[in-house]
Amino acid sequence: MNYLNYFTDRPKLIQFGIVLIVFFLLMSMTGEYHDLMVQRDFFVKAVERGNIQDSVGFFESIRMIFSWQLPPQLVRLPEISFWNPSVGTSFLNWLIAVFVATGLVFNNYTKTTDKNDWFVHNWGQIFTKGFIGILAGTILAPTLYNWFFGEITTSTFWDVPGYVHQYGQYLMFDFWIVDHWNPRARRYDEWGVVRVVTRTLADSLQFIITLIREILMGGFRTIVTLADTFSSQTGWDWMGENKGQWYASIPALPWTVLTAGAFILGYKLEGLKLAALASLGCLYLLAFGQWEPAMETLSFILVAAPISGIAGVIWGVLAFKSKAVEKAITPILNVAQTLPHFSYLVPVIVFFGLGDHAGAIATIIFATPPMVRLTLLGLKKVPPEVVEAGMMSGCKNYQLLFKVLIPTARYDILIGVNQVIMQCLAMAVIASLIGAKGLGFNLLLALNQLRIGQALELGICIVVIAVVLDKLSLAWANKQKDYFADLSFVERNKTGLLFVAIFFVACLLAWAGTTLVGGTVFNFIDQMINGMRSGLAGVFDITLYPIKEGASNYLWSVPHNMGITTEPFWQGGVDWMVVNWATDIKVFNNWLLIEVLMPMKGAFLAMPVIATFVLFMGIAYIIGGVRSSLIIGGFLLFMALTEWWERALISMYMTTFAVIVSVIMGTIVGAIAVQNKRATKVILLICDTFQVLPSFIYLIPVIMLFGINDTAVLIAVMVYAVIPPTRYTIEGLRSVPESLLDAGHMSGATKLQRMIQIEFPLAFPHIMLGVNQCVAFALFMVVIGAFIGTDDLGQLILGALSDKKGIGTGLMLGFCIAFIGLAVDNLIQVWSKKRKAELGLA
Amino acid sequence: MSVQEQPVIKCDSVYKIFGENADKMLKLAGGNVDAQEFQNAGCVVGVNNASFEVHKGEMLVVMGLSGSGKSTLLRCISRLTDATAGNIYIDGEDVTKMNDKELIELRRNKMGMVFQSFALLPHKTVLENIAFPLQVKGNTLKDSMNRAMDMVELVGLTGRENYFPRELSGGQQQRVGIARSLAVEPDIWFLDEPFSALDPLIRKEMQDEFLRLQAVLNKTILFVTHDFDEAIRLADRVAIMKDGIIEQIDTPANIVLNPATDYVRKFTEEVPREKVLKIISVMDPVDGGIELSDFKVSQDAIIETVAERVLSEEKAVAVVDADDKVVGLLHRAKVIHVLFGENASLESKS
Repeated sequence: MNYLNYFTDRPKLIQFGIVLIVFFLLMSMTGEYHDLMVQRDFFVKAVERGNIQDSVGFFESIRMIFSWQLPPQLVRLPEISFWNPSVGTSFLNWLIAVFVATGLVFNNYTKTTDKNDWFVHNWGQIFTKGFIGILAGTILAPTLYNWFFGEITTSTFWDVPGYVHQYGQYLMFDFWIVDHWNPRARRYDEWGVVRVVTRTLADSLQFIITLIREILMGGFRTIVTLADTFSSQTGWDWMGENKGQWYASIPALPWTVLTAGAFILGYKLEGLKLAALASLGCLYLLAFGQWEPAMETLSFILVAAPISGIAGVIWGVLAFKSKAVEKAITPILNVAQTLPHFSYLVPVIVFFGLGDHAGAIATIIFATPPMVRLTLLGLKKVPPEVVEAGMMSGCKNYQLLFKVLIPTARYDILIGVNQVIMQCLAMAVIASLIGAKGLGFNLLLALNQLRIGQALELGICIVVIAVVLDKLSLAWANKQKDYFADLSFVERNKTGLLFVAIFFVACLLAWAGTTLVGGTVFNFIDQMINGMRSGLAGVFDITLYPIKEGASNYLWSVPHNMGITTEPFWQGGVDWMVVNWATDIKVFNNWLLIEVLMPMKGAFLAMPVIATFVLFMGIAYIIGGVRSSLIIGGFLLFMALTEWWERALISMYMTTFAVIVSVIMGTIVGAIAVQNKRATKVILLICDTFQVLPSFIYLIPVIMLFGINDTAVLIAVMVYAVIPPTRYTIEGLRSVPESLLDAGHMSGATKLQRMIQIEFPLAFPHIMLGVNQCVAFALFMVVIGAFIGTDDLGQLILGALSDKKGIGTGLMLGFCIAFIGLAVDNLIQVWSKKRKAELGLA
Repeated sequence: MSVQEQPVIKCDSVYKIFGENADKMLKLAGGNVDAQEFQNAGCVVGVNNASFEVHKGEMLVVMGLSGSGKSTLLRCISRLTDATAGNIYIDGEDVTKMNDKELIELRRNKMGMVFQSFALLPHKTVLENIAFPLQVKGNTLKDSMNRAMDMVELVGLTGRENYFPRELSGGQQQRVGIARSLAVEPDIWFLDEPFSALDPLIRKEMQDEFLRLQAVLNKTILFVTHDFDEAIRLADRVAIMKDGIIEQIDTPANIVLNPATDYVRKFTEEVPREKVLKIISVMDPVDGGIELSDFKVSQDAIIETVAERVLSEEKAVAVVDADDKVVGLLHRAKVIHVLFGENASLESKS
């Protein structure tokens, strides 16, 4: 009787039991298809060969189910036909669309009492409901009609990527043709207006990037472009004539200026410590000979970050002002943040071409959402009384915004800027896939040559830049305004004046250095460095770049080949590991692959599609009710309707495995580390570093140690995905209220009892948010794992990247990945919110 | 104050009801709003049929516990929220019908407001905060700074004008809030629980400071508080609110002596009368037949301040007005009765 009570008191447990039972029943009903399913593509191939049907009729289905065998259409969704709107739309369809949309809007209208202001508050509805109407009228209704009455269908869901591609091409080349002046060929071309807009945007962006780049490292392209516009000749002709003139090129900024600038900025923002960090960061880049690529990366960030920041603030303010905008952009932000970076590289290439600007655009798309969110958050946090005070002071709308709201929300907005900078650096490597120059590009090259040492060095350079910019922007956010008005001009601007002074001194030194080149001083330094390099080369047995004697002016810049390198050390380390650990690793590797990974993959693939739906939608129902269940169902349906369901299952399997292991490890590490303040600090520092380190770096050592297989990918994924659970466990345990711990102490609980009975239950919702992040990180790395070689969605996305027609495929695949992430995100967020509310922590 | 004069603030059946169907419900109710009924329909009644007038130079204190709608009422009058129904007149002009431009003009010239949480702009110094209303109005920098400096002096913050709000104590921050609200020389002064966030000692000090300011400035004031003692101490008239309804609106003495409802009585029971009541509200009319002592008391004196002397007199004491004219008399038996007696016998008297 007691047992019965236990269960009736916990209806969710019973529901979960039912879901599991149904799930396993369905799993056991795969019967004769089982062997086809556990191997990827066998089922599809069998259908193609005609060995099995992809769907059977109604009575046949019933018969099969009664003989404990799922019909094939419940095992894998067949290629479902639907009516294709781009082929032809009848008047009736549009009528249905208009009818549905008007109905929905009118329904909303009748519900509101404030008829006069209805439009003001609800104009957004017309678009959202109009969209539903168009969907219903032009796609859903004809599709359903075709299914039921068996008319000739025109298209299938699997063709959608193709149509997306065609539509993109149409937009670029056939839609609204205009004459476009081609300055190079000096004639008018016929271009689509979309292409004109995107290319103009691309060119302007490219010009700004080049300008900043040349201010930092010298060059003449900006001058060429300017000459193109302002002189009668083409730019290059003008350059030919004026070559050698002082105005024909921009000189590079001496490294001393930037380093001193970083020092002064750090000092002004926080103090000596930050100043030292910032300038040492610069010196690090210099010492390792990575100054030039670092400046390339920096110039790219200096363009992308401000644009993202400004766009983010604008959208944040709009969303704050209008609920309709907020509702409209929230899902877009969600998708933009979960879409794998690769999949929007493809559309960016199609619309904007290749190059630094394309990288910048991809970066901007990626970096803007957090800025929007943080701006919105900051504005919402402004105390209502402060807003009221502004209104009572007689502020107009714009005065309220610029003088009250934004300054008061300053901290959150600047944290947003910090996030933007970090996102830009995270994109540094990925953007180089579509032509962005700099550290990321060199890193990718090093990876292709399997030069782990070089790659690591470049990666650390990115980390150094990231850390310096991170600390600087955080210091900026934390800096309170000081009062200066009663100081003299010199005192108020002393840092600025100091910088100007240093600028001139440094430039003078650099100029003096040029006249000294070949002189004894630099020659001597050259010799010394070369000697050291030769010594190192002798020890590690590596070849060196030849160096030009006496060509360096160290007061201006340090050329790449004069930097020191630790590459031999890392290379040696990896070699040593491979030699000494190879056999042990092989044993472990085989065990993991054969005993764990292969069976797990098989089990995931063996899930009939109906069982997956039951499992996920059931769990979603238990956690979040009908709404959650339908949302998850929608995400799953999208994946199941594409031809990549099996690939999606493989992605899910890899993610699941990595998440389970990472969460276990992360929680344990976090729980142990939190016992000791210093250990916590160290672990958090490691987390930070691992997170900023370009994720590509993890790929090389794992390939070298484990070879090209799932183990390698998963190890790389886990190294990256273990960060959030660790961090959130530490944060969660630390945020347990002190008074509760004291209560535990006074109740005489032992350390372990406190941990199990007080700390973990209270920290659990927060830890679950860590799991949520862990899933996002794991998905991200699984996609990048495609570089090693996987057979999941990521691999196909990578394929789409090099495919001319890949825009549709890339996007659809990207959505599949994003939907896996969003589904998990939805479940965990809903659960965590409920749980926090129950515990009174919200 | 003369009643014929146009009231500075006039509220005429003001309702504020939160919720989606507020308008519809209000129309159905036809002016007879029942809070419970509205709550069942998903609406919350903020202000329920508030009608009153505030005259020039008068201080009306709106007192009520949290959720009684007192702050909502204040925000309706300053139009930080729109009233659901009813009219609000400021100097005869209907605020509810004003457009944004008129409203901004009104706020820039006639209104000042002090907030419970001070609501200072964190990125501006004391001086800049005080000058803020002048700056948004478009005054020149020099003008507004000079004016702000005067304000700093007025509230006694001289020497701290270049501090940031984060560097000030609560009391000092509220002084800045007060200075800011006075910077544009408003006619009407709204104070929304200005001293509630302060420690008791500071609160007392600020109340004294406030009375001093009011004696100098003589503004028309709408003051919101949840502290009954504060209301009695400061007000010319007190309005007591409960669930959006104004239960009683009267002078402090009348409220203490004649609470209109049981709800009001609950507050008055705990009030030490000798600290609240003035002689004028307890004195007897002049009666030539009674022998008076030599001692005289002013009609505006608080009982507490003269009680000891009056109690020591065996004869009745003469009560005089500002011109030293005898307007009434007070026997110690009466004082004892006021301090320790029942309410009922007093009510018939006044």
